[in-house]
Amino acid sequence: MTSREPARPSPDALLRQAALEARGRLKIFLGASPGVGKTYEMLLQGAARLNDGIDTVIGVVETHGRAETEQLVAPFEVIPRSAIAYHGRILSEMDLDAVIARAPALVLVDELAHSNAPDARHPKRWQDIEELRDAGIDVFTTVNIQHIESLTDVVAGFTHVRVRETVPDHVLESAEIEIVDLPPDELIERLKAGKVYIREEAARALHHFFSKSNLSALRELALRRAAQTVDAQMLDHLKAHALGGTYAGSERILVAVSELPGSDALVRTAKRLSDALRAPWTALHVETPRDARLSLADRERLSATLSLAASLGATIVTIPAASVIEGMRDQLAAMHATQVVIGKSQRSWWFELRHGSVVDRLVRASPGLAIHVIPAAGEVRAAKPAVTQPLDWASWGSYAITIAAVAALTLVALLLNPWIGYQSIDLLYLLPVVACASTLGLRPGILAGVLAGLAYNWFFLPPIHTFTIYDPQNVITVAVLIGVGVLVSQLAGRVRAQALLGGRSARENAAIAGFAKTLGALSDEAETAHAICAEVSRILEVDTVLLLRDGRTTRLVAACPPENRLSAIENAAVDWVFDRGEPAGRGTGTLTSSEWQFRPLATALGVLAVLGVARGDSSEPVPADRMLLLMSLIDQAALAHERLRLEAEMRDVASIRERDDLRATLLSSIGHDLRTPLTAIGAAADALAEDGRDAVLVATIRDQAQRLARFFDDLIEITRIEAGALAIRTEPIDLTDAVASAVHDMRIALTGRAIELDVPPNLPLVRADPRLLGHILINLLDNAAKFGAAGSAIRFEGRRVPDGVTLAVIDYGPGLPPGMELRAFDRFHRLKGSDRTGGTGLGLAIVKGFAQAMHLSVSAMNRADASGAHFSILFPAALLIDEAA
Amino acid sequence: MTGGDILVVDDEPAIRTLVTRALTRHGYGVREAADARQLLHAITVKRPDLVLLDLGLPDRDGLELIPQLHATGVAILVLTARYDSAEKVTALDLGADDYVTKPFDTEELLARVRTCLRHRHVAAGEARQVTIGDRTIDLDLRTVTRADVDIHLTPKEFALLAMLAKHQGRVLTHGNLLREVWGEAHVADIEYLRVTIRALRLKLELDPANPVLLRNEPGVGYRLSVDP
Repeated sequence: MTSREPARPSPDALLRQAALEARGRLKIFLGASPGVGKTYEMLLQGAARLNDGIDTVIGVVETHGRAETEQLVAPFEVIPRSAIAYHGRILSEMDLDAVIARAPALVLVDELAHSNAPDARHPKRWQDIEELRDAGIDVFTTVNIQHIESLTDVVAGFTHVRVRETVPDHVLESAEIEIVDLPPDELIERLKAGKVYIREEAARALHHFFSKSNLSALRELALRRAAQTVDAQMLDHLKAHALGGTYAGSERILVAVSELPGSDALVRTAKRLSDALRAPWTALHVETPRDARLSLADRERLSATLSLAASLGATIVTIPAASVIEGMRDQLAAMHATQVVIGKSQRSWWFELRHGSVVDRLVRASPGLAIHVIPAAGEVRAAKPAVTQPLDWASWGSYAITIAAVAALTLVALLLNPWIGYQSIDLLYLLPVVACASTLGLRPGILAGVLAGLAYNWFFLPPIHTFTIYDPQNVITVAVLIGVGVLVSQLAGRVRAQALLGGRSARENAAIAGFAKTLGALSDEAETAHAICAEVSRILEVDTVLLLRDGRTTRLVAACPPENRLSAIENAAVDWVFDRGEPAGRGTGTLTSSEWQFRPLATALGVLAVLGVARGDSSEPVPADRMLLLMSLIDQAALAHERLRLEAEMRDVASIRERDDLRATLLSSIGHDLRTPLTAIGAAADALAEDGRDAVLVATIRDQAQRLARFFDDLIEITRIEAGALAIRTEPIDLTDAVASAVHDMRIALTGRAIELDVPPNLPLVRADPRLLGHILINLLDNAAKFGAAGSAIRFEGRRVPDGVTLAVIDYGPGLPPGMELRAFDRFHRLKGSDRTGGTGLGLAIVKGFAQAMHLSVSAMNRADASGAHFSILFPAALLIDEAA
Repeated sequence: MTGGDILVVDDEPAIRTLVTRALTRHGYGVREAADARQLLHAITVKRPDLVLLDLGLPDRDGLELIPQLHATGVAILVLTARYDSAEKVTALDLGADDYVTKPFDTEELLARVRTCLRHRHVAAGEARQVTIGDRTIDLDLRTVTRADVDIHLTPKEFALLAMLAKHQGRVLTHGNLLREVWGEAHVADIEYLRVTIRALRLKLELDPANPVLLRNEPGVGYRLSVDP
């Protein structure tokens, strides 16, 4: 790289580091074989941590009754295992939930490769450990090298023992690895001394397995694998810290997989290649027309191969194409692959003659590509090739038609023979050959060619009624007839295949479109749920259930067929999906003993619903080739649920707003109507005053009438604020004006009080709504009049401050009780013992509401200089108007 | 007391009775109308000097009646129960002379009535000198004195003060003042008005922080007090 840009950390590497730091750390004690002392070493290091004061517990440790190991276990707290009854046996497994609930800093879990009892949450212990790490718990664990997924082929190659319990490579990649090493001679010594516990199932292969050469090879593998992991972690570190290490960023690997049994080996090879080259890799399955005719076993194997690739870190791509070579060419171009891993299957020379060798064609099609051809594993296909059409009624029928067609033409030719001569008859025979080959397929086509050749020979070529051919030219004629049959049927077959493939894509697209259309027309959650179940059932030919969650309760809202119900373990799987947003159940990595596979209907709003699919015959609910279709349907279903959810929220908001609007209108008209009698009361009081009646009494009537009017104004306004119906019309306002008007409006209530006005005339103008600001000031004045000592002054103070202008209303009362400063503006909050002053508690809530609506802030505190409350409004700088303008 | 013929229009009998009583006591001749129909009938019988018009009539919107009444040359004092300043501005723009907000006090109502009637009686151009306390505004000489000392005003300040003085006691809307003093182009520039009012207060008010001469009506406009 000659770029002058400074080295920048790769975001991916940083993310990986961040994820590592948040999760619990994993340390793996890696051994070459049983008996090297992994558990012992793990316990020793665990004890050291325990001594350091780190909260360390044992999740699972097998002591195999050895005293020295048991002695090591003693200081630890051991989490009791959970017992699971299975087929009359009691299996004890690590109690995952108990460990998580105990939440230690570090947990020791022996045997990373262990397979859990069938009813456990995860099928594999390494998945348990992943969950522990997700919970932020550090884990120590042990594993032998032959359990590493990508190495099982290699190990099986020289030990002839195939390991069933495997651990995906990515588990190792995120772990710290410590090699527990013992030279082979010492191990064999230990073995002979009976110091090594050997599991029963391995005992049979023992003699062979523990040979010195095997142990040496295993040891080398373990050391190399550990070195590789350290290397990979170093690279991540380099990338995260942009230290500028070199790495081959340009390599990309493609592995082509098929339903053939050797594909797993291809995937593992590609993984090793990817590790060695530090290159991303993609597993490709080209979906050709032949896929439609794969047996159930083939599909399951294909699906398993693709999941293996995914678990080893590959990107999975399935593309439809007329032939494998075409699909691979497209994918190679799309991803700019530099290396390809393909298998060379033990197909018959006849198959390759007809189809061409994929390998040969790939070499010709993509010069510059490194191609790794892996010979197929020893397992030869036992079954007939998948291309074989079952010889059902229709096939027998087509052979019959072929024979009849050739026979019919022979009759016609016999009739015509006297006129046209036997040399031209061969052309006539092309008719049934082409017809049968193009309409009935390859085998009837070949049959037609052979029959035509034989019939021509028997009936027309001299010597007639023998199969002897004198003229060499006639041999060619027969060969041509057969050749035409083969060629035409191949061509026709390809055309049909294209049509079949196109037809299937079109059908799937139509199904998805129809599904979306059906859902789009529905506006009710239950109807939508039923439609999703029914449609997914129909399109994928599976049983379905759909579940929704309200709060913490999950309920089944629709099923197809409607009588479908879920068991307890299946409900647990559903909860898992709701909680984690990841699929669970059969065919996934979690709770696999369920018959159902559950997938989340998730959008940006979260997991809105869970769809369960199952097949009546308990087979894999969704074969790999239908997975894309299922995912598309789920996407549509999730969108439909999201739409419903948003619509419901809109309706709720609309109805609340409507109700609030109604309340505001009602109050507004009540307030309006109330003003008329209040006016009459006021006018009557004035009339009494003119007549010379008690002036104080009259003033009280007048004051209370106005207070009542203000109270109704407050009620109306608070309703408007809460309904969001507050209309704001701002204009430039002089605070001097605003204060003077408020004082003028309140002149009756303020009778006998001194008003100190300290609002300098050189303050900037502010932008506010005059009516709302007036209301704020009136309410603050009212509040000061209520709580200030009788007859005491009320002070207005305007000040220019760094972040705007403040206007304070200050009284000389007892002030706010301690701690009430923040609650003073709460609705209906009144100060203790303030009943007699007749406040509603609304006034200050309105102050706050109006202030917020105008982007002002209000605060309440006690005066620093004397007893009294200090209410302040801040007009931020953005609302000030520069007078220079 | 100077008399005057006043028509009180309100659908609430109690208010009509009390207002009539107060006005009669101060020497006005008063007639009453309960709705728009009675109002129009009363006006055609005899044109009053002033109509005290409640905007919330049962048969017509009071705002609709204002242009029609204004065309007859009668003074219009609007009674409104609405808190909203926009309605007041609309009423003023349509031709009302002033407004009183319910619940009003009788003193305030009488003051407004007096102001409205004075402007009816005094034809435009007659009152060339306005005195408030010790301040005198001479509209012909274009001078302002405070205790016989000349106060210097800028042309805009004088124009604004003269406009308010000509309609002393009446509220003039922001739009109205801006249009007359600054021109149609500045009809929305309220900050001009605020700044000039502030300058006038500094020169005329005894305590500029507590203005009593130049009164603000929030959201509506300004009025020049009759008796501070």
